[in-house]
Amino acid sequence: MFCASAAIRRKYHCMLIYPMSIYILRRIILMVPLLFGITLISFGVIHLAPGDAAQVQTEMSLKASAESVENLRRLYGLDRPVHEQYVSWLGRFVRFDFGTSFVDERKVTDKILERIPITLGINILSIIVIFSIAIPIGVLSAVRQYSWFDKISTVVVFIGFSTPGFWLALLLMILFGVYLGVLPISGIQSVDTSGMNAFEKILDIAKHLILPVGVSAFGGVAGMSRYSRSSMLEVIRQDYIRTARAKGLTEAQVIIRHAFKNALMPIVTIIGLMVPALIGGSVIFETIFAIPGMGKLFIDSVWARDYPTIMGILVIGSTLTLLGNLLADISYAFADPRIRVKGAD
Amino acid sequence: MHASITLRRFARNKLAMAGAATVMVLAFVAVFAPLLAPFEPTAIDVDNILSPPGGTHLLGTDDLGRDVLSRMIYGSRVSLSVGFVAVGISVFIGIIIGSLAGFFGGKVDAVLMRLVDVMLTFPSFFLILAVIAIVGPSIFIIMVIIGFTSWMDVSRLVRAEFLSLKERDFVLAARASGASNGRIIFRHILPNALSPVFVAATFGVAGAILLESGLSFLGLGVQPPASSWGNILTTGRNYIEIAWWLSLYPGLSILITVLSYNLVGEGLRDALDPRIWDVEN
Repeated sequence: MFCASAAIRRKYHCMLIYPMSIYILRRIILMVPLLFGITLISFGVIHLAPGDAAQVQTEMSLKASAESVENLRRLYGLDRPVHEQYVSWLGRFVRFDFGTSFVDERKVTDKILERIPITLGINILSIIVIFSIAIPIGVLSAVRQYSWFDKISTVVVFIGFSTPGFWLALLLMILFGVYLGVLPISGIQSVDTSGMNAFEKILDIAKHLILPVGVSAFGGVAGMSRYSRSSMLEVIRQDYIRTARAKGLTEAQVIIRHAFKNALMPIVTIIGLMVPALIGGSVIFETIFAIPGMGKLFIDSVWARDYPTIMGILVIGSTLTLLGNLLADISYAFADPRIRVKGAD
Repeated sequence: MHASITLRRFARNKLAMAGAATVMVLAFVAVFAPLLAPFEPTAIDVDNILSPPGGTHLLGTDDLGRDVLSRMIYGSRVSLSVGFVAVGISVFIGIIIGSLAGFFGGKVDAVLMRLVDVMLTFPSFFLILAVIAIVGPSIFIIMVIIGFTSWMDVSRLVRAEFLSLKERDFVLAARASGASNGRIIFRHILPNALSPVFVAATFGVAGAILLESGLSFLGLGVQPPASSWGNILTTGRNYIEIAWWLSLYPGLSILITVLSYNLVGEGLRDALDPRIWDVEN
């Protein structure tokens, strides 16, 4: 049935499902105002500096040469009206031109790009860890609701929510690094890797990554297992699960084939919402474990008051988050066509 | 729901009551810190530098010979005040934005909710650090910036309440009797929309305390010689190979505090949820 207007759709309960390409396009277009807001806030942040940001920079940091201050003036066009400054800054932002760092005069874009793979890699590993631990816990808690397993996992999750990740990191460093001496506690590889073959090098990196990835996954496991528990509980109450049971399927078939597949979808989309927390968390974990990623670069830049780098990371970090959201939306839409129904967003 | 029913339901939840008791003890400790702390938090004991727990210094001393227990007791003041002021700010902003969006709907709603989306997309930790980099670290800045980056949940909750409440008869009656929009919003709808806000605010205190400890740990929060749980942990990181007590105890107090607020929040949520039916009521 052709559903030209919202009124007709409501009357005949018919649905208009977008083709995938249109859906993706719509999602991307919806991102534009968000991106605009992000740039506006980032731009606003630099203007929090009392007076002229370039001038503050010279007073605060001895490392800023007259030339880089001039660069900053040029970059933000500080002599022009605010809206013009914003437009020209936006123009540079679109080309990923964030100027040069105050610290070492290198291009901010280069500095950030060389750090991204490490941060992204660790975050992807933690997401994998989170999913492979949290989903089984959540599903099992839901299937055996009110059982001992459910009760204990609820308590553990609550404690997990409330544990400061950096404190956990310190405790694990003391236990595994200092007392047991089995795991390295800083960097992502040993200082001297010259005597190692390829396999030993990989093993070396893996050993260095166990603690950082484990700790950064920890908080996520708590949240995700709760989320998958409630998603699973929701599905189990549906009529089609009763139907599946009624037609005589085994409990395992019902849970795995009918319930789990449907519960998994909303779980996957939550990745998009996890990205800001993970990226933000990388500041703390990379600092504790001395990992040369984007988070460490950010905190170093904060200490050095390296405004161009700070702005660059702020904008790139939020763009990554937006992309994470987009990816989650698209994967959801692939798996569940109901999402593409007109008016669903 | 009637307040006494809510209280009774809350009181039956043992975990929530344990959380509430701990919250009260912590508040007591913070208020009476000068009476409870065995030493001045900044007093330096040169004979006892990095001494392990036990003896005169119950939880040991730090690298300058300062008593860890006393510093933790004073640190609780920082955590609680940051928690409450930050949440106060975020609830205030959240209520204003949420009620405007929910009450007026249409374009106002669309614009304000896009703002919420933008704030949710920001890795707020980055935003907080960027502001601190520019304005400089202080406890006041921490409170304000945490408040300004954490109001989105409250505004969504308030908006949802407004959307359902503004169509009710009592609002129509108020409108028919000529009440102004401001009066309808603040006197008629808002008081009925507050219960989810209480829950969110309780969780918010827990979140703000965690955030403050993280910032102080990074050296961008409360500045020494003032003590906070986070900055004692920084010393712990520096002496990780020899002084485990500097890492263990402050973190444990963060965990207990945050856990208590979360338990109270969870208890409140269940107690206020009319869908959870129990016969005794």
